[in-house]
Amino acid sequence: MAKRKVVLTFPPELTEMPITYHLVKDYDLAINILKAKITPGEEGKLVLELSNGDEKRIQAGIDFLKKQGVIVEPVSKEIVFNEPECVHCGSCTAVCRSNALSIAPPEWKLKFDKELCIVCESCVTACPMGIIKVSF
Amino acid sequence: MKTYAEINDKIRQGKAVVFTAEEIIEVVKEKGYSAAAREVDVVTTATFGPMCSSGAFINFGHSDPPIRMAKVWLNDVPAYAGIAAVDAYIGATELSETKGFAYGGAHVIEALVRGEKVELKAASYGTDCYPRKEIKTKIGLNDLNQAYLFNPRNAYQNYPVAVNSSNRTIYTYMGTLLPNFGNANYSTAGELSPLLNDPYYRTIGIGTRIFLGGGIGYVAWEGTQHNPGQTRDANGIPVSTAGTLALIGDLKQMNHQFLRAALFDRYGVSMYVGVGIPIPVLDEEILKQTAISNREIKTTILDYSVPKRSRPNFGLVSYEELRSGSITINGKKVPTAPLSSLYHARQIAYILKEWIAKGRFLLTEPVQSLPLETKVHTLEEVLEQEV
Repeated sequence: MAKRKVVLTFPPELTEMPITYHLVKDYDLAINILKAKITPGEEGKLVLELSNGDEKRIQAGIDFLKKQGVIVEPVSKEIVFNEPECVHCGSCTAVCRSNALSIAPPEWKLKFDKELCIVCESCVTACPMGIIKVSF
Repeated sequence: MKTYAEINDKIRQGKAVVFTAEEIIEVVKEKGYSAAAREVDVVTTATFGPMCSSGAFINFGHSDPPIRMAKVWLNDVPAYAGIAAVDAYIGATELSETKGFAYGGAHVIEALVRGEKVELKAASYGTDCYPRKEIKTKIGLNDLNQAYLFNPRNAYQNYPVAVNSSNRTIYTYMGTLLPNFGNANYSTAGELSPLLNDPYYRTIGIGTRIFLGGGIGYVAWEGTQHNPGQTRDANGIPVSTAGTLALIGDLKQMNHQFLRAALFDRYGVSMYVGVGIPIPVLDEEILKQTAISNREIKTTILDYSVPKRSRPNFGLVSYEELRSGSITINGKKVPTAPLSSLYHARQIAYILKEWIAKGRFLLTEPVQSLPLETKVHTLEEVLEQEV
């Protein structure tokens, strides 16, 4: 099953349209909203993970969005964690709401699951060692 | 039951039985307190967490012509030079005059330990015996006469959990605290932590030989804000900040793996210090205390959004609950996160265990016990007409 993370930018006139509804209804895609900032009448941003379909169906959904005037960009930034320098304190896990960064028994070693990361960048400043960076 | 001399004899012969403060819990479950107290000689404890009250004394040696350094900067971080001619103290939290929050005294100390060269700048008013007025050069750890960590307050015996009840994110030395109880941060090694395994300071005292930052160090004194009178649970464990230790150790023996500079966002620079302390099993009571587990150790939940000396609290929680990943505050499930590294604390406890088991590290009897009745004073503002 394919999966794709995209950043959607809505022009002000589109912020009141139920666009994600059509992705579900017409393209049968599963939508996971990773980040959203939409105020009616202003430009809106939405970070989505699209799944429940093959590449072709996801692409069809994206084409639909573009046709409506939505700017679609891939999530190109990613979090890079310099593991050898990590002290496994866990400070970054305090601000990681997506649970991409986790620390747990039995080892209590920091784990980073890129798949879960929504690149909110909260960990970059929360890491006391300064070893978590954003790469473009 | 056992004396320091008897335990040290066994260590010298390579026959000492040593467990970490986590392992001893299982040993006791299997053998019971009496048998374990007879068979086990030493229990090793450890912690690796942010300890702001840290720093190093340095003697640079004399230049030609010599200078009485009145002001000193190391990589642009001011060091205190109001002592003899070429002595200085670099504090971990001192900030760089050029890089601000991004770099501080802890970074200078870590750089020295990593074997990097550090820029030394000093200024003086010049005297007949020390005519020179300024110097700028590079120094490395091996160029220095003495360089020793002297930390006024380390290894806090317990520490509160930090939460934030307000509706905005706050940035503290307990990490980033998310609004509306978005997280709960704690910073203690729990059942592995030194002073939680010796709650009444029966074996940890002035002169105790320890693991410090990868080398050998000593307990120099009671730490600042030492507060043995803190409320204690029925098992003797204080339920919030209590005893503290002032530690000393040779920087030249240390390893950056166990001494790391840290930056707490919008708070400032601190230093992660690795501390390991052996506890000799002199009798069954001492063994019992070392076998204490996270379930039996409790701490207080404090609201850091109230910037007052006495912050509101939300009751007690055990380290077992904190380690489970979430706790409940006012009916709300709050995710927990540690700030101190249990992973590294365990490494330290194992290293110390190995040093002792291989006969490389002997135990010392404290030359004086830590006080059990110190009162912590607060700072009151006195109006000018009252002075």
